[in-house]
Amino acid sequence: MDINSIRSQFPILSKKINGKQLVYLDSSNSSQKPLNVLNSLDYFYKNEFSNIGRSIHSLAVNATNKFEETRISVKNFINANSKEEIIFTKNATESINLIATTFGQMSIKKGDEILITELEHHSNYVPWHYLRETRGAIIKFAPINDDGDIIIEKFKELITSKTKIIAVTHLSNVTGTIVPIKEIVEIARKKNIPVLVDGCQSAPHIKIDVKDLDCDFYAISCHKVYGPTGVGILYAKKKWLEKLPPYNGGGGMISEVNKNQITYAPLPEKYEAGTMPTAEVVAFNESIKFMQSIGIDNIIKHENELTNYTLEKLKKINSVNIVGNPRNKAGVISFTIKGIHPHDISTIVDEEGVAIRAGHHCCQILHKRLNLNATARASIGVYNTKEDIDVLCDAIKNCRKIFELK
Amino acid sequence: MDLKQLYQDIILEHGKSPRNFGICNEYTHEAKGHNPLCGDQVEVYLKLNKESKVENLTFKGSGCAISIASTSIMTELVKGKSIEKAKKLVVDFLNMIKNGTIIKSDELDEDQKTKMMSLSGVKQYPMRVKCATLAWHTLTSAMEGNKEKVNTEVLD
Repeated sequence: MDINSIRSQFPILSKKINGKQLVYLDSSNSSQKPLNVLNSLDYFYKNEFSNIGRSIHSLAVNATNKFEETRISVKNFINANSKEEIIFTKNATESINLIATTFGQMSIKKGDEILITELEHHSNYVPWHYLRETRGAIIKFAPINDDGDIIIEKFKELITSKTKIIAVTHLSNVTGTIVPIKEIVEIARKKNIPVLVDGCQSAPHIKIDVKDLDCDFYAISCHKVYGPTGVGILYAKKKWLEKLPPYNGGGGMISEVNKNQITYAPLPEKYEAGTMPTAEVVAFNESIKFMQSIGIDNIIKHENELTNYTLEKLKKINSVNIVGNPRNKAGVISFTIKGIHPHDISTIVDEEGVAIRAGHHCCQILHKRLNLNATARASIGVYNTKEDIDVLCDAIKNCRKIFELK
Repeated sequence: MDLKQLYQDIILEHGKSPRNFGICNEYTHEAKGHNPLCGDQVEVYLKLNKESKVENLTFKGSGCAISIASTSIMTELVKGKSIEKAKKLVVDFLNMIKNGTIIKSDELDEDQKTKMMSLSGVKQYPMRVKCATLAWHTLTSAMEGNKEKVNTEVLD
């Protein structure tokens, strides 16, 4: 893997921030975009733009084809059975809301249980909370241990005859925990409970094979996968998409409209109402090509090495505490420094051009479980290097100097 | 931008050893505030005497150095003031943070003005302004007897 060639594809990485070379360590929040994606957006708008699926003219036909090509790429990227199982949404949040709402309408009654975990991002909790408010559902949280791993035995114990759906993250955006989804799906299968996987963090960093995982639903945000903002993916097994009611109503998702009756479009259009982020979906095909050009195995190897390097270096700095120590960890490294609040850390390292995130990372439940108000988080993308980590560590030492910690 | 302007010694010192920390006896007013973006929490306890003078002002909470120092300095500056003067100090402080207005208040001596001005560097860091203003908004809420928790996201 040629890291210099990868970095050269990201124009933003050569920018200066506060007079210093940008060190971007906030990829869990959103990834930067390679040139082929940026060029695709530009080219499509300048040369090929038209709305899709409606008009008969040549531009529309070409735009529709390009849009559908991305769907096929996504299907192959996550190894889905058919392109009808790939729905474009706004982001993973909308993908989860889509399932929570439609599944809730169809299957959730008062007293039914939804099982999630203490690791979840707010986007995999709040949509289920709506079902608690509107339909009287009960939400149960599978506990984690101090390392940040889900306690599988406790998880099993929380499944009852009333459990209607299980929703769990594939990769924690705080501890970097890679959750054993296959094991969870196997447990759920025995009780015939569908499983939704929040794949927001995992999609750019580990191999996704929905057939192998056998999950029912998988949610992705393309902007974290080196793609444009405004596009998300919902993978759902066809049997569910056929059975579930539609979500947004409007143009494009209907078949026949009468004053007293409406029939809906076949899949996947049934779930794609209104004009979609056309150029962005088309450009996302380039994001997949970018990842494939490196190779997912090379990405994993590079990011694993960098994660281990980061952990080793951070542990050598006095008073730095790494949050969680999961069995399988990806390049999401949250930490605290005794005596310095994460916001102060973030402001000070920003002065050195280092972009990290500070706060609760939309995981208040997890932070409360770990007795933390906030953490600082460095998260790795394929373009990061050991030099980036060295700059981060020097900047952290500067925090300690400003706060006069010995 | 210069980090030393933001992290002045006085701020670091108040951040590490906040004054008037805790719940004061016989408080007459209280209010809670939080910044949902970062999770900072503050509770302000105010004791007004019969002459409407701030006899005691304490706080509890967690947050960054800027937020703790700002709260600590606020308790020092407001203690002993009449409620009208306390309200005026809040306005002066918010003007300083948001508009860069220089503190000219007759109510503060030179040392106190320096203390308040030590927080003026925050203006250069827009993402940190709410860290500094949370406590002052919460004090206003306490003085006005508002029951609702102050939320920095719904303030101007």
